[in-house]
Amino acid sequence: MKPGDWGMFLLFAAGTAALAPVAFSGGVAEKAVVRRDGVVVAELPLTQKRRIEVAGALGTSVIEVQPGRARVAADPGPRQYCVRQGWLTRPNAIAICAPSHLSLSIAGRSADHDSLAY
Amino acid sequence: MTASPIELIPTADDRRIARYAAAAIALSVVEAAIPMPLPGVKPGLANIITLIVLARYGWRDAVWVTLLRVVAGSLLLGQFLAPGFFLSLSGALASLVALGLAMHLPARWFGPVSQSLAAAFAHIAGQLLVARLWLVPHDGLLYLLPFFALAALLFGLANGLAAAKLLEEIASTAALPGEATNDRT
Repeated sequence: MKPGDWGMFLLFAAGTAALAPVAFSGGVAEKAVVRRDGVVVAELPLTQKRRIEVAGALGTSVIEVQPGRARVAADPGPRQYCVRQGWLTRPNAIAICAPSHLSLSIAGRSADHDSLAY
Repeated sequence: MTASPIELIPTADDRRIARYAAAAIALSVVEAAIPMPLPGVKPGLANIITLIVLARYGWRDAVWVTLLRVVAGSLLLGQFLAPGFFLSLSGALASLVALGLAMHLPARWFGPVSQSLAAAFAHIAGQLLVARLWLVPHDGLLYLLPFFALAALLFGLANGLAAAKLLEEIASTAALPGEATNDRT
């Protein structure tokens, strides 16, 4: 190997290493979408901690977002199904607070496919 | 029996290209038998031949050998005009363009390894471009990019080293009687 070959190899190796994060970001949850009566009321990126209050049919619900996950932290509904569902982490996961007319879902990079088979 | 009105007389060039293409086709058939963890990842052993032809006879011959290998190799493997054929063809064309550029790098510092790496990365780029635009029009395909890049890095290096070694041996057998060309650095 000549000196330039080493340079070339290191260059391409660096490029390959730079691409590595792409491999492990595939299909991860990217944002939380809050809807009321099917209408989007909030979209929160799943990158930072946040807590927002959303006005539902019965009162105020609390949506909590942490890096990579989201949940309904509090809801005035009588049976608390959406709260007890806990943290949502996967794309297309959804928690529905029917009495409040609210839903919280996780949108991945692609909302149109669940999976791809080759 | 009448003589055929058309007679093709192969030139020395034709014979040489056919010989190298045959070697390349043999290698691509052999490597088709090697199991690979990811579909689409191949060592690309036939590129060793392309590199040798490029170094000894120039770019035009390398194009001939490569395209003959892609077409005849796909015929032998039953891939002709199948999606895999267009992927190899687009990869081969992209890597030939890269080789055409890389061969002009100063030979003092850059050898077959550089050319091989450039060709390998051009190959996956051409392939993924066609795959993305036509076969799998979805960005999910790009998640495979790091794996293809890693394969290109390893196999590009390996093929380049093999080609460099073979070229060295060819040069030393050709210069056996005189051993005048002792220009290794």
